[in-house]
Amino acid sequence: MERDDIIEYSLDTHHNEEQGKAIRKKIYFVTMLLSVITIAEVALGVWWNSMGLPWELVKYTFIILTLVKAAYIIVVFMHLGDERKSFKQILLIPYLLFIAYLLFILLVEAWYVYDIRMQFNWLF
Amino acid sequence: MAGEASKQIDSKELWGGGRSPLSMSYGKMMMWFFLVSDALTFGGLLAALGFMRQKYADVWPVSEDVFHSFPFTGDAHLPLMYVALMTFILIVSSVTMVLAVEAGHRMDKKKVVFWMALTVIGGLFFLLSQVWEWSHYIHGTEAGVWEFFHNVKLRGHLVDGTGNMVNEIAQATGVQLLDGTVITGNEATKYFENGVHVHGANLHINEYGHQLYADFFFFVTGFHGFHVFTGVVFNIIIMIGAIQGRYEARGHYEMVEKVGLYWHFVDLVWVFVFTIYYLL
Repeated sequence: MERDDIIEYSLDTHHNEEQGKAIRKKIYFVTMLLSVITIAEVALGVWWNSMGLPWELVKYTFIILTLVKAAYIIVVFMHLGDERKSFKQILLIPYLLFIAYLLFILLVEAWYVYDIRMQFNWLF
Repeated sequence: MAGEASKQIDSKELWGGGRSPLSMSYGKMMMWFFLVSDALTFGGLLAALGFMRQKYADVWPVSEDVFHSFPFTGDAHLPLMYVALMTFILIVSSVTMVLAVEAGHRMDKKKVVFWMALTVIGGLFFLLSQVWEWSHYIHGTEAGVWEFFHNVKLRGHLVDGTGNMVNEIAQATGVQLLDGTVITGNEATKYFENGVHVHGANLHINEYGHQLYADFFFFVTGFHGFHVFTGVVFNIIIMIGAIQGRYEARGHYEMVEKVGLYWHFVDLVWVFVFTIYYLL
């Protein structure tokens, strides 16, 4: 049954073989990038100690590499980069604000509790 | 990608009613909103893990020392290799999914089914890997570890007079703690009376270190694994729909796109689990 109350935006997302080629090229590029980052992360995780790197540096490298991977998955694989700007903002701004706030609270609290544990030599 | 969303439309017309100002169908938008709420759940879990990791920084195990086994290699020391392989499998199955979506945009039914089938296989492979990992984690090592006085800092092994490791209290004359301290004589008797031999991990004991390390392992990877399982089931349902030509008749493959969003999200979560649980 034809329904005229639904606008099928999906009917408009089709592309031809030539455009498909360019899209697939991009997909393969991102695949390579994600694999290389993963391999680099594992290598760093196994050898950072014997390479004599400071843990703080390694830790923030892991976090940055992970955020790069996440950004590529969201923007390219989930096509968020192709959506309207207002939609990107609706999704990302509230989420990132909340998570940043939560992490800030929890980590500050955790550092404090850790110091207290060390000060009184508590196991719990 | 061409489509409504990339067209320049005057904001008066865009927000003037009679159309979606986000140029997006209802179903796809709701999938996105569901994923945001799910991401909050995982964000909360991983933030809690970060809290405990920092609070117990002095007794938290190093994951490279815990996850160093690989199936069919026996005692080979391959730190993090298996988890890296699992990560790679999930990334590849995410790629096959996005290729299925791309084929859908060309109305190429054969290719959609082909890539979706590969995605399902990748998902199943990941799930089986997780079963192996859980089984290995739960059973632990043969030697295990002895914990004394219910104190995670007082862990070690029983030793006999010549310093060799033994398994029974009857054969032991002393205790060697993990930091190298050796305890013998009357003091050792107290340790024997308050010692527990720990193999593997569950929600009560944990051979690898602090109990919360095991709890978070089961909770985080279990919750993620359940998502993978759900994703595989949905992928199979949508693949059957594609085989039956349901989306061909509809004129578009948006269902593949929606289920693809969920599948990419599962991959996205694993990227964070991999870093926060296994690397940090």
